[in-house]
Amino acid sequence: MTVKQICEKLELRPLTGDCGMDREVKGAYICDLLSWVMAHASEGDVWITIQTHSNIIAVATLVDLSAIIIAEDAEVEEETIKKAIEEGIPVLVSDKNAFMIAKGLADMGLGN
Amino acid sequence: MKFAYDLHIHSALSPCGDEDMTPNNIVNMALLKGLDLIAVTDHNSARNLPAVLDVGKRQGLMVIPGIEVQTKEEVHIVCLFKNLQSALKFDEIIYNCLPDIPNNEEIFGRQLIMDSNDEIVGKVDKLLISSCDLSVNDVFILTRGLGGICIPAHVDRPSYSITANLGFIPPSLRVKTVEFSKKDSPETILRRYPFLKKYNYIVSSDAHYLWDISEREHFIEMDYLSFTNLTNILCPN
Repeated sequence: MTVKQICEKLELRPLTGDCGMDREVKGAYICDLLSWVMAHASEGDVWITIQTHSNIIAVATLVDLSAIIIAEDAEVEEETIKKAIEEGIPVLVSDKNAFMIAKGLADMGLGN
Repeated sequence: MKFAYDLHIHSALSPCGDEDMTPNNIVNMALLKGLDLIAVTDHNSARNLPAVLDVGKRQGLMVIPGIEVQTKEEVHIVCLFKNLQSALKFDEIIYNCLPDIPNNEEIFGRQLIMDSNDEIVGKVDKLLISSCDLSVNDVFILTRGLGGICIPAHVDRPSYSITANLGFIPPSLRVKTVEFSKKDSPETILRRYPFLKKYNYIVSSDAHYLWDISEREHFIEMDYLSFTNLTNILCPN
């Protein structure tokens, strides 16, 4: 499935416009320690976090994640959005917590 | 000249700090250990600094006013200031950015404000070991705006460190010096995290108990003791 499909189905709010919407989502990963994500997330994962520092874009680029979903409406720094567009990483915001977002992804068939 | 330092010490104001960490005990223990300069850096607060600085002056020990801020990324940054006024101004900003969670003394311990005779003169209400609503970048900007310097704390630790929580040190912060904990030797830390080689490092105790305050074992070289000299060495432009 694509980032766009997830965005529509889970009613996520994209902060990066159309950027990276056609990327393919292969899995999902949840963690708020960036060092841990760097070491353990897989290429193509959509990453659910409440961290909003611009370093999240560097981590997503490094691991080649498909998108970042910011949980619980955490406020995202402008610097982060700017970097995300530069690197082509979609950043999507949800008012739901990580668990409910993950449940939504599973309901769509991700991870099955 | 070489000066023995410990730039990360908690007082009884930090809920996790031992109540024996009084202004007089900290200063006298530092003197007994032969330290030349210390920084007292409570979690998100400067409220014990007036007393500790007073005692330092009385006893002839250089005490640098500091705060260990917990940013919204749960990163600990040691912020050091030239004078008490700047530290107190920063304290006010941080306190307003802390969530309205009252301290539960039974779980976390008391947050004691003391005078220079070690008498308890007050308590801080909000829980000080919360994250304030400021990013790492905000904290660097604010501290520098007040003439202070920022040192990412215990960067070798798996929790509350900039390396663990943010993966790496954002280059835009222009960090020059980082703090290593005493858990491992600097050589071991640099072997584990080779990317830290590009920074200067200091080793501080993060003492919450009197006996944890550093011995005369870590030194900074400068012509004479002053905050300006310290800044030039730790955070040169």
